[in-house]
Amino acid sequence: MRRVAILGATRGMGRSLARKFVERGDFVAVLGRGDDEVKRSVADLEARGVPGTRVVGVACDLEHTDSFKPALERAEQALDGLDTIVVTAGAFATQEQLERDPALAAKVLTLDFSNTVLFCEEARKKLLMRGGGTLCVFSSVAGDRGRSPVIMYGAAKAGLSAYLEGLDHKYRKEGLVTVCVKPGFVRTGMTEGLKAPPFAGEPEAVAELVLQGIDDGSPVVYAPAIWRAVMTAIKAMPRFVMRRVKF
Amino acid sequence: MTDSRIEGWGRTHVVAQELSPDNLETTPPVLFRGLGRSYGDSSLPSGGSPVVVNTTRANRMLAFENATGVLRAEAGLSLLDLHRTLLPRGWFVPVTPGTQFVTLGGAVAADVHGKNHHVDGCFGSHVKRLKMRVADGRIVECGPDLERELFLATVGGMGLTGQILEVEFPMERIPTPWIWQESERVGDIDEYISKLKEAAGKWPMTVGWIDCLSAGANMGRGILMKGRWAHSHEAPNRFPTEPLNVSFPFEAPEWLLNPLSIKAFNFGFYWKHLPKKREGLVDPFTFFWPLDFVKDWNRMYGRRGFTQYQCVLPNEAGPGAARRFLEVLTKRGGASFLCVIKDCGAESPAFLSFPKPGISVALDIAIRNDTQALVDELNEHVLNEGGRIYLAKDTFTRPEHFRAMEKRLPKFLEVREKWDPERRFRSAQSVRLFGDPA
Repeated sequence: MRRVAILGATRGMGRSLARKFVERGDFVAVLGRGDDEVKRSVADLEARGVPGTRVVGVACDLEHTDSFKPALERAEQALDGLDTIVVTAGAFATQEQLERDPALAAKVLTLDFSNTVLFCEEARKKLLMRGGGTLCVFSSVAGDRGRSPVIMYGAAKAGLSAYLEGLDHKYRKEGLVTVCVKPGFVRTGMTEGLKAPPFAGEPEAVAELVLQGIDDGSPVVYAPAIWRAVMTAIKAMPRFVMRRVKF
Repeated sequence: MTDSRIEGWGRTHVVAQELSPDNLETTPPVLFRGLGRSYGDSSLPSGGSPVVVNTTRANRMLAFENATGVLRAEAGLSLLDLHRTLLPRGWFVPVTPGTQFVTLGGAVAADVHGKNHHVDGCFGSHVKRLKMRVADGRIVECGPDLERELFLATVGGMGLTGQILEVEFPMERIPTPWIWQESERVGDIDEYISKLKEAAGKWPMTVGWIDCLSAGANMGRGILMKGRWAHSHEAPNRFPTEPLNVSFPFEAPEWLLNPLSIKAFNFGFYWKHLPKKREGLVDPFTFFWPLDFVKDWNRMYGRRGFTQYQCVLPNEAGPGAARRFLEVLTKRGGASFLCVIKDCGAESPAFLSFPKPGISVALDIAIRNDTQALVDELNEHVLNEGGRIYLAKDTFTRPEHFRAMEKRLPKFLEVREKWDPERRFRSAQSVRLFGDPA
């Protein structure tokens, strides 16, 4: 049985993943912002969880780095331990929006890279202190190669993926398993209004794959799985081709 | 934000903007829609207000009392999701329509009914509380004993009185997750109706299918199905497996459904039930939601799509009403792939709730050039019989016909006028039927 803290469990893929955990009896701490949202998600997980599951809500905001440490402490206390920490929270904006609005760009770059890394640092310390565990973080296929529709978002995610890989190299032998999830396009509130490409996934199915990845300790999980092949092909493309294609 | 094609289940569509937020806290004051299983234009935004909010991501359970079964949940929760969690624990919705792809908000807005209508009424009759956001932005709780008029206008009100945010109702305790079913082959429409009425006194769930193509002596021959939850001594000690889904793979060409293929299907369906009577256990998925196995089955009707014509013929029309209806239909050559007939119990106090004591007839009709004329003729007939149609299925009814069928419409419009004088919540259907500004 796992004791899991999920930053971002109130919505999207985090919500689906949290449900998968409680449906099999794992304990879950919902880390999120907005009292009411956290409360609603806790209620949802309590209703869906198998009898005996424990669910708690803890205030934590990716925008406020000083909320990270106390939130993890509180989750650990309330669940009587902590062995899995998941980050699904993040920010997204299209390249056009980011080029137009430097303040928005600063926010997306900060949240998706610096603040996520800082949260992971707190998570790393917490898990290593407890003798190890699993840190599962949602990066993106956008970080696999510089591409024109996701230049800045992709750059932040590329940095995050590199950080997670390094973490895994250094600490796996000490018992800290790092799982880097690279979702392709998934239909959630985050991608609302964007035109769905082929192979677009649903959060339910992604959550299923991620759960498997966490249990197996896979260092990299592509979800939907087809994106591993898609990204291999994209990474292999020469630059003169990448300059011409639109993706 | 890009516009996209938004469809009713019968593939009537508009091009508009559909928002799907994770929660319903800050949504614009526009029409809500759920899973889009209403057949016609009920869930489509109108041309002049081309934005609609899809509620399906607001799908959290907010409270479930194990002792009483009372559930409170966000309006976008689907019956499929709900049953995946609660059916294995012995709970079932008090009323289910023929699909699980319906949200709680949609079930309230259409005041859906099911095989147990003659005993348990519509979904709305079980609702204890609704949390709504009304046109002026206020959050209002309503129920049978609180803001009663708003509640009665909202149940069956097709989302036109405000946005349904949360729904509270008791789930029903079931003895086992299996159904004991008895089915029977019936020779003609009169026998079918009398057997249906007879079954109503003995069985909590009844429904049936008839062949509406056969004329003469065989007119309205069909299969009548009756069911009840199985007792624990009858049922196997395991949870029924959900049958695998298949997907209708492409948009079928229009010629696929022609009088001959429909006739062949109906012939096959009837004679597949070779013994006169059958009985036994069946899983609830097959019993309640047989069409859910085929994802996107509406593609079978091709590009132009289809409409479902569903009406109720009241008891006052007498025992011959079903036969007279079929005569009008067969004279027109109105070929329907499926014709479902079910008896209805008491009328709900909700102003636009569809069922009333009598029998409900539902036909799927592929859209062709003469569909408007066919619906007009059926509507005139139903009007003469004292019946009415179901808004959740409708695409073609004329406003004057609906007004004449639904005596309670003025009351509904009066309550709506009070809560939404500017008609912020309007749909393509309300523009068509209630004269809302486009």
